[in-house]
Amino acid sequence: MRKIAVLTVVAMALAMVLSPLAFSARKTIIKIGINAPLTGDIPKVGEGTKYAAQMWLEDIEKAGGLEVGGQKYEVELVIEDNESKAESAVKANTKMITQDDVLAIIGPQSSKQAVPAGEVANKYKTVMISPWSTNPNTTLDRPYVFRGCFLDPFQGPVVANFITDEFGFTKAAVLYDVASDYPKGLAEVFKQAWEEKHGAGSVVAYESFTTKDTDFSSQLTKIVKSGAQVLFTPQYYNEVPLIVSQAKNLGWDGPIVGSDSWGSAETVELCGEACYGLFFSSHYAAAGAKGATKAFIDRYENTYGYIPDDVAALTWDALRLAQQAIQDAGKLTGRIEKDREAVRDALAQIKDFDGITGKMTFTEEGDPIKCAVIVKINNQGEYEFYGSSCP
Amino acid sequence: MEPLIESFNYILQNIINALQRGSFYAVISIGYSMVYGVLMLFNFAHGDIFMVGTYIGFGIATVFLAVLTGLVPPPVIFLATVVVTMFLASWIGVFVEVAGYRPLRQAPRASAAITGLMIGIIFETGILIMLGAKRLSFPPLMETVNYHIGGIYITNVKAMIIIISLLLMLALHAFIQKTKWGMAMRAMSYDFLAVPLMGVSINIIAPLTFAVGAGLAAVAGILYGQAYPILDPYMGVLLGWKAFVAAILGGRGSIKGAALAGYLLGFIEIFVATVFPSTLRDFIAYSIILIILTFRPRGFFGMEHSTKLRL
Repeated sequence: MRKIAVLTVVAMALAMVLSPLAFSARKTIIKIGINAPLTGDIPKVGEGTKYAAQMWLEDIEKAGGLEVGGQKYEVELVIEDNESKAESAVKANTKMITQDDVLAIIGPQSSKQAVPAGEVANKYKTVMISPWSTNPNTTLDRPYVFRGCFLDPFQGPVVANFITDEFGFTKAAVLYDVASDYPKGLAEVFKQAWEEKHGAGSVVAYESFTTKDTDFSSQLTKIVKSGAQVLFTPQYYNEVPLIVSQAKNLGWDGPIVGSDSWGSAETVELCGEACYGLFFSSHYAAAGAKGATKAFIDRYENTYGYIPDDVAALTWDALRLAQQAIQDAGKLTGRIEKDREAVRDALAQIKDFDGITGKMTFTEEGDPIKCAVIVKINNQGEYEFYGSSCP
Repeated sequence: MEPLIESFNYILQNIINALQRGSFYAVISIGYSMVYGVLMLFNFAHGDIFMVGTYIGFGIATVFLAVLTGLVPPPVIFLATVVVTMFLASWIGVFVEVAGYRPLRQAPRASAAITGLMIGIIFETGILIMLGAKRLSFPPLMETVNYHIGGIYITNVKAMIIIISLLLMLALHAFIQKTKWGMAMRAMSYDFLAVPLMGVSINIIAPLTFAVGAGLAAVAGILYGQAYPILDPYMGVLLGWKAFVAAILGGRGSIKGAALAGYLLGFIEIFVATVFPSTLRDFIAYSIILIILTFRPRGFFGMEHSTKLRL
């Protein structure tokens, strides 16, 4: 009995020692990690991420692989579910970097996961592009972390300006989730921008709740009483319908304005007519798109049966950015640490990248300079272009 | 005079808000208390039984709305949904008792607690696998009408939730006080060693208790779906824990206590957020409960000896 145990241990140790040999014998495959919320609070976001990535892979496979320095490489996607939790996103990143040897990571999408996961990617010196995370901390002081979208310090003033210009209001209310990085950060930025415009105290109600809450009645009663003219709520699609319907039932009749987290395809599906006519800031508007953007939307809709939301479009752009960076790196040595560094340097150099969500050039911090759009949910429940705002 | 009326309305509005929220806590926490009364253990899967009940209600409501709309008036559809869902969900309760707790009846109580948590996780992931992670939207069983009465807003849905919850609790009270089965349950909670010797089988009373608790939770689920119509597999976790707090606060095993504490919890949550910044809501609300329990560890209506029993 004992002999068997010893033998097993020896065999396992041998296997572990020899396994790198097995790997090195294989030809180099470019692995791209996808860190997405396939389950958890916002699975629709994960689904869009996965679908966009699969479309991208299809293109690469059709071309017979990704050409880098005159040589074609096979590409493989490693898709990990982060369950929309910060700790799982960190775990997924660590696994993909240390076990799967990915060259670059796309995701996580929301700031709650992207902020902590970016720490891991930066520590292991692996390029991470978060397509959708707008919180400044995601890329701050992290040379290996990039993003595909604008930042909250830009988005907050865009929304504040839009409300002021469109409605001429001076008193606003904010309702946000205090336990999540994205809504909390954006709520703060919005408050600051609004008070700069309309004076201290012009945000007449600044109310919060915590993730998983479904009852906002006391906060909304307070907001209705505060005399606010507009309600800004930077929440995700699973909360927006509840907030909108509860606000209406408690006598709120002003406009409710949101941020890019509303952009998911499911917001309108769950909210229905209650959300028609509302506005939010976003990365792109599907209704009335042109050129490459339209081609992407049509292809996505034909394949998966619904119009892609901003997450899918941004993921597509992030993957194409990664693709270009890998190609710009010149050649792959097969030594993963060195290749990762080369990809990072190439990515930081990209100028005027022509994405389907707008032109992008990275700043020092790895944040793109790009425009925001204001989207109106029209009476057919489509996301319609209403206006845009550029830095 | 004007500001006085306004703040009066404000308080009244929040009382209605609190009654709605408290109704859910009350109906769900009763499930914890009933099981504790009979088996002296907390069924930690109860929050997830509520979740499964809501999904069953969702399925039944969708089918009934598709088949019966136009044939019968909406209240009949609603009633049919409630009855059928209650019946189906009570079998979930029976299943949990028979498969999860019965084999462990002689085991240490920690084992039963862990089993409860695991059954909960199995339900959550089971629903996740069967239906996917997509959010579902509970179909409205009646058209929402918003009444504006002297500065207060109340929808018919809200009123219905409050009234049905009260009726349910009254019905349960009658069941426990007036029927033979209720008497057996009361006897069991009084002395669960002697009562089986008198010919009342625990193997009937225990599943019955679970069934009633699950049935109540399922009705709460349908009402919940009307008030907060977004379903996800983890919706029962937070609500379950809060209802558990209410069950402790009301006194272990006391159904009356659980109901009252459920409403109290709703009032504390709503009014703390009204008076203090809402960021501090849960912190202050649960600190208040902690203080109450420090001075009255057995809760409002708990039996004296119940503090000596752990969990």
